[in-house]
Amino acid sequence: MSTLQIRDLHVSVETKEGAKPILTGVDLTIAAGETHAIMGPNGSGKSTLAYSLAGHPKYQITSGSVTLDGEDVLAMTVDERARAGMFLAMQYPVEVPGVSVSNFLRTAKTALDGQAPPLRHWVKDVKSAMERLRIDPAFAERNVNEGFSGGEKKRHEILQMELLKPKIAILDETDSGLDVDALRIVSEGVNRVSADGDVGVMLITHYTRILRYVKPDFVHVFVAGRIAEEGGPELAERLEAEGYDRFLATT
Amino acid sequence: MTTQTSGPVAGPSTDHSRAVADGAHSHGVIPQASRAERRTSFELADFPVPTGREEEWRFSPLPQFAPLFDATGQGLAAGGVQVTVVNPPEVTVEIVGRGDERLGTVGRPGDRTAAAAWSSFAEATVVTVPRGAVASAATSVRIEGVPGTGPTASHLLVHARELSEAVVVVDHVGPASLAETVEVVVEDGAHLTLVSIQDWDAGSVHAAAHRLVVGRDATVKHVVVTLGGEAVRITPDAEFSGEGADLTALGLYFADAGQHQEHRLFVDHNVPACRSRVTYKGALQGVGAHTVWVGDVLIQAHAEGTDTYELNRNLVLTDGARADSVPNLEIETGEIEGAGHASATGRFDDEQLFYLMARGIPETEARRLVVRGFFAELIGQIGVPEVEERLIAAIEAELEASMTTLAGA
Repeated sequence: MSTLQIRDLHVSVETKEGAKPILTGVDLTIAAGETHAIMGPNGSGKSTLAYSLAGHPKYQITSGSVTLDGEDVLAMTVDERARAGMFLAMQYPVEVPGVSVSNFLRTAKTALDGQAPPLRHWVKDVKSAMERLRIDPAFAERNVNEGFSGGEKKRHEILQMELLKPKIAILDETDSGLDVDALRIVSEGVNRVSADGDVGVMLITHYTRILRYVKPDFVHVFVAGRIAEEGGPELAERLEAEGYDRFLATT
Repeated sequence: MTTQTSGPVAGPSTDHSRAVADGAHSHGVIPQASRAERRTSFELADFPVPTGREEEWRFSPLPQFAPLFDATGQGLAAGGVQVTVVNPPEVTVEIVGRGDERLGTVGRPGDRTAAAAWSSFAEATVVTVPRGAVASAATSVRIEGVPGTGPTASHLLVHARELSEAVVVVDHVGPASLAETVEVVVEDGAHLTLVSIQDWDAGSVHAAAHRLVVGRDATVKHVVVTLGGEAVRITPDAEFSGEGADLTALGLYFADAGQHQEHRLFVDHNVPACRSRVTYKGALQGVGAHTVWVGDVLIQAHAEGTDTYELNRNLVLTDGARADSVPNLEIETGEIEGAGHASATGRFDDEQLFYLMARGIPETEARRLVVRGFFAELIGQIGVPEVEERLIAAIEAELEASMTTLAGA
């Protein structure tokens, strides 16, 4: 059972005018089996939190700590974090020309496990995972994210999450830009991953509609770089009705 | 109507290494003489010894190439390279004297080194694929530098007769200082793949003029691979002798610290209804690694129905490397199927690296994946499995060197 602990996390981003603080003291604990929805208006720092946890070089950690089962995540390189069990489903997945999806998935799995997956099992796993996400088998031979539609990119992210089996999965606005069918397919994927109770999920979203399909255990409202309010699923319903105005007015 | 687009003509300091997007090269408005008016001649004296101010030499390191200029006009020595041909039974190979009437029929030399190569060679190698013959295996032409020799010249004619099919791989290895001519005659309906690999020892200097003529309904795949040597300059010129001809020119180069690799192509659409596709891709790493790609395409006024596209991509892996990329498209008729070009030079994409590493892939492996991917499609187009495998291995070896440096940093 894994636990991700974020303590008083402050993060800045380098701009022309100097370092600009984005996160101003985030405290959050996510345990395996829990699903946490991080909600908040645009520009509140939700994506910065996601990318900081994954180790994107653009973000500077100015203070605070992040640990995964007691290990210092912030001291790890990007790939070490992934191998420790962190996974980020990106809002804007990057094209990698000339690298096929199947090659990419196998290379990632090999890196995570420290050895190549047994071929026959692996091919079967990939095939069935793709079927569940309604991904055309031909995708395996396409280049990573190249020419993918927005929905295809998101499904490809969830495919990776299902196959790479992280301890902590961070989903950065995976619901944005999806039509109703794709949203349902992606949500089913998230639910499959969290069903066995081994994964902690941080679901970052602007809208409440994905929460009709993925039931969060906790809802955190993110405003101006920190968590402004926390509660259970009922908080999401309240946000659905009232929007974020109540929080914005006070800042 | 003459429409002329050209790359920057600002001088040798033009640095494209920071350009990142398609079409990042500028479309200059400074008028430039038509490529058709560029001097060509078999006479060495028609090309003064280059000073570096000439358009065709402005990117080149002259001190390295100077031994191949034959400044005294006495001719480059013979015997600096040894030529070995291994051919399947359907293909004939001859060594002929310079008086053989089959030589010198394709175009004319376009610069000093090409003229020096022509005026200096004593014997030529002639590879002929007879009419209707289908070669059962690739023909291998190995051109190996002889240690301890000086500047030299060589001449190779590859003659694909009507309706023949063949693959010819020309391999350049060892230490050499070579001015070379490769003449390629592809008659009507023939299919020829010609691969020229520059895999020289460090310190080698090589200037090669490739002159191709492609016949009616013939198909040519011309592949240039430049990996080794200190200074390598390949100038493929192609023209057509019949309608329906199809030229695919592929190039792959990988420049390390201190290497100069230059590829200057000229596709002369002098016949209607021909097609050309030019794709060159290069990677650069290390201080002083310099690549130059110039792609000139001329669509003459009567060449209606022309279909042409040329593309150059460069991937700059480290600081201190420079890629120059200059596509030029001259169109003298509007009655064409299509004409376009694209050039882009980019640094290693950190977002790609982050994406791959965020899936647990270590940095060195992630870089390998991206570089392999950059070349993958191009290598897949070559269609000669042994060449493809060798290229993949060569790229791995190049990356091994840089990754070791990276890991130690």
